[in-house]
Amino acid sequence: MGTLEQTVETEEHHGPARGITRWLYTTNHKDIGTMYLWFSLIMFLLGGCMALSIRAELFQPGLQLMAPNFFNQMTTMHGLIMVFGAVMPAFVGLANWMVPLMIGAPDMALPRMNNWSFWILPFAFSMMVSTLFMEGGAPNFGWTFYAPLSTTYAPPSVTFFIFAVHMMGISSIMGAINIIATILNLRAPGMTMMKLPLFVWTWLITAFLLIAVMPVLAGVVTMMLMDIHFGTSFFNAAGGGDPVLFQHVFWFFGHPEVYIMILPAFGIVSQIIPTFARKKLFGYASMVYATASIAFLSFIVWAHHMFTVGMPLAGELFFMFSTMLIAVPTGVKVFNWVATMFRGSMTFETPMLFALAFVVLFTIGGFSGLMLAIAPADFQYHDTYFVVAHFHYVLVPGAVFSIMAGVYYWLPKWTGNMYHEGMGKLHFWLSFIGVNITFFPMHFVGLAGMPRRIPDYALQFADFNAVASVGAFIFGLSQLLLVYNVIQCIRVKRHTTAQVWEGAEGLEWTVPSPAPYHTFAQPPLVK
Amino acid sequence: MTLIGRGLALLGLILSPSAYAEWQVNLMPGVTEISRAVYDLHMTIFWICVAIGVVVFGIMLYSIINHRKSRGAKAHNFHENTLVEIIWTIVPFFILIGMAVPATATLIKMYDKGEAELDIQVTGFQWKWRYHYLGEDIDFFSSLSTPREQIANESEKGEHYLLEVDNPLVIPVGKKVRLLLTSNDVIHSWWVPGLAVKKDAIPGFINEAWTVVTEPGIYRGQCAELCGKDHGFMPIVVDVRSEEDYKLWLAEMKQAKAQASDAATQDWTLADLMEKGEEVYNRTCAACHQVTGEGIPGAFPALKNNPIMVAEPSAHIDVVLNGKAGTAMQAFRDQLDAVELAAVITYERNAWGNNSGDLVTPAQISKLKQ
Repeated sequence: MGTLEQTVETEEHHGPARGITRWLYTTNHKDIGTMYLWFSLIMFLLGGCMALSIRAELFQPGLQLMAPNFFNQMTTMHGLIMVFGAVMPAFVGLANWMVPLMIGAPDMALPRMNNWSFWILPFAFSMMVSTLFMEGGAPNFGWTFYAPLSTTYAPPSVTFFIFAVHMMGISSIMGAINIIATILNLRAPGMTMMKLPLFVWTWLITAFLLIAVMPVLAGVVTMMLMDIHFGTSFFNAAGGGDPVLFQHVFWFFGHPEVYIMILPAFGIVSQIIPTFARKKLFGYASMVYATASIAFLSFIVWAHHMFTVGMPLAGELFFMFSTMLIAVPTGVKVFNWVATMFRGSMTFETPMLFALAFVVLFTIGGFSGLMLAIAPADFQYHDTYFVVAHFHYVLVPGAVFSIMAGVYYWLPKWTGNMYHEGMGKLHFWLSFIGVNITFFPMHFVGLAGMPRRIPDYALQFADFNAVASVGAFIFGLSQLLLVYNVIQCIRVKRHTTAQVWEGAEGLEWTVPSPAPYHTFAQPPLVK
Repeated sequence: MTLIGRGLALLGLILSPSAYAEWQVNLMPGVTEISRAVYDLHMTIFWICVAIGVVVFGIMLYSIINHRKSRGAKAHNFHENTLVEIIWTIVPFFILIGMAVPATATLIKMYDKGEAELDIQVTGFQWKWRYHYLGEDIDFFSSLSTPREQIANESEKGEHYLLEVDNPLVIPVGKKVRLLLTSNDVIHSWWVPGLAVKKDAIPGFINEAWTVVTEPGIYRGQCAELCGKDHGFMPIVVDVRSEEDYKLWLAEMKQAKAQASDAATQDWTLADLMEKGEEVYNRTCAACHQVTGEGIPGAFPALKNNPIMVAEPSAHIDVVLNGKAGTAMQAFRDQLDAVELAAVITYERNAWGNNSGDLVTPAQISKLKQ
């Protein structure tokens, strides 16, 4: 025992390596978490620039700035970068930083694999973004890349896209394995499963979703690769293949994927609301069960993305009913959050503002989701801006706001400094206003009949499109404040305590701020 | 213009409803029994969502206002209540059943597979629609008729900008029309909001949809599935006419077809074919190969200075008639009549400095088409 303690002792004085090798060779969960978060921020800004170019073209009817083919490249790359480059790595970054701190573990269970999981990503995305400069241009078939548009009719760069997706998949699967191994094996003594913070629980379930569906994505892109280069006909009707099979396989990945992007968000919000309401989370156990139910249901609803492909009546009914069922556990979550606030003692610092906006705006996205679940009505909504409004409501003020809430919430723990509260609030309000001006009018143009993914539109859609474009620039430019706030928080010494937030509970608040390079070398005892 | 002036102009654009603006915020009830059922369903679910939203957000707002620390609120201690949790699991379940019942009824009505009085095969092409009236020997293509200048902002946009076609789908009022949808290349989706019909057109599949329109009129829609570069430029126009007018239209179409086959037997001069060919080229080919014949590098090959254009014509004719497998090049054999094919091939062989001097006659093409 003596020798072990001695080793632990020396470990504590062991700081990070100097220079670039610190980041290249690091196996430290905090360093890797930091790199994930910076990477995600860069991708968020890049994907955001693409979104702004889309909104600039759509500001007025007519083609002004770009040819339709380039417009399609922008929508495709925007989607892929935001999903795989911004939202998913941000959640993995938060998990890297916070899961070991929350469960009292010294690091992730598989630190070297952790390094590899991250370092694959810059290569994958360099390859994907480089397609923009290739002959024939970048992928232009939408982030859902339906065959045969993405096979027989795709630009030559599709092969690079396929390999980039493979690399992202490998990174995600390894990240997920690491998170599961960490949570199941490295919990501090006394940290039973039903004492896990909700962020940890939601990530555990998300990690299982990732392991289940990323291979499906890898399978579908490999089938594309075979069709394109090796003469198979998985998706080519002329060779006896089936273009609809592509959609079934893609959405079998795709629907769990959208929950991969929202379950950790539920976790973050479930950490933040109790802190700022100064009241324990209402219905902890039901939150866990609701998350698990949503994860289960996510596997049996995929074809609600395909109501118009011509499924038989029984198929339409099954997927309609199963999709509607998701409203039940999701409702439970929202009710629990509201019940947590009820009779609390609330304050409204920036993380809380983002979390409250999350609850309201995500719920609005949930309502439009419920409407979309109704198959006969979906025939009118499908592939219109109503869908664009729906998934941006759950992803931007949903997933992205939760990430921002998490960043403001834990930033003082990471840097040891308090961010500037006034600037944080300014960032929140500009984002909140911008996001609604951008996406709310999209419900209207969608219902009025505007299809998605078009570079030019009929005149009756002109006004709301102009409004949405103005909102997009407000939202986009206000993200520069996020960058400013983060850098300020790192540079300006506004020392904070270990506790940081008055109402915060959990192991991460027992370590000093900033969190030392090595924490919990001695496991804490959880009562 | 000064910066302030520009800002004001922008503000004016946002605030003032411009001449053509409608600020439409909701679905249209439409003109079929099904579309009205869908509209009612949509409104029912919308109001249920609004009601739930008012309750949930109301309680949340009440807490935010009253249970704040700055007002001296002390946090209570409760954090679970099995009864409440069971209630808010069960109650939404029943609300969902309330939604599912009318939704299922509407869906069953939509899936009525009864016989129709008119069957039309609808085929999606990159980027136009083909309508084949089964049993009537009427078969034509329908493509965007908005002039390029309007899209490029070089002339004033018309009232039906991007929602107008050269040959609309004409159907009789009050009759059950069945649409059999398929595609020639990628997946398209045939959507007319006023009829509440949206069905994917998928290569290798034949999908079924039907409609009974109760009011004559013109109803407009668009392709709803990303189908490539000009996905935003393949509208659908349905012209619903009274029974007599529909019969009249059928007769006109048949007459026009007879005239076209007459034209194929006439002699055509190079100048006439070039003139006709330019028109056909700009309508049919320029979307990919560009008006300049230069194509888009990496995506669509250039025709200008292309050796096929000046070599022996048979290879060129073969590509145009039969397409090129594995590429976006379609078979135009059935899309264009003999005169149009001859004209466009002649045009391509003599435009942009491809001075082959060849004249491909409609008679030559007619023979190949048989």
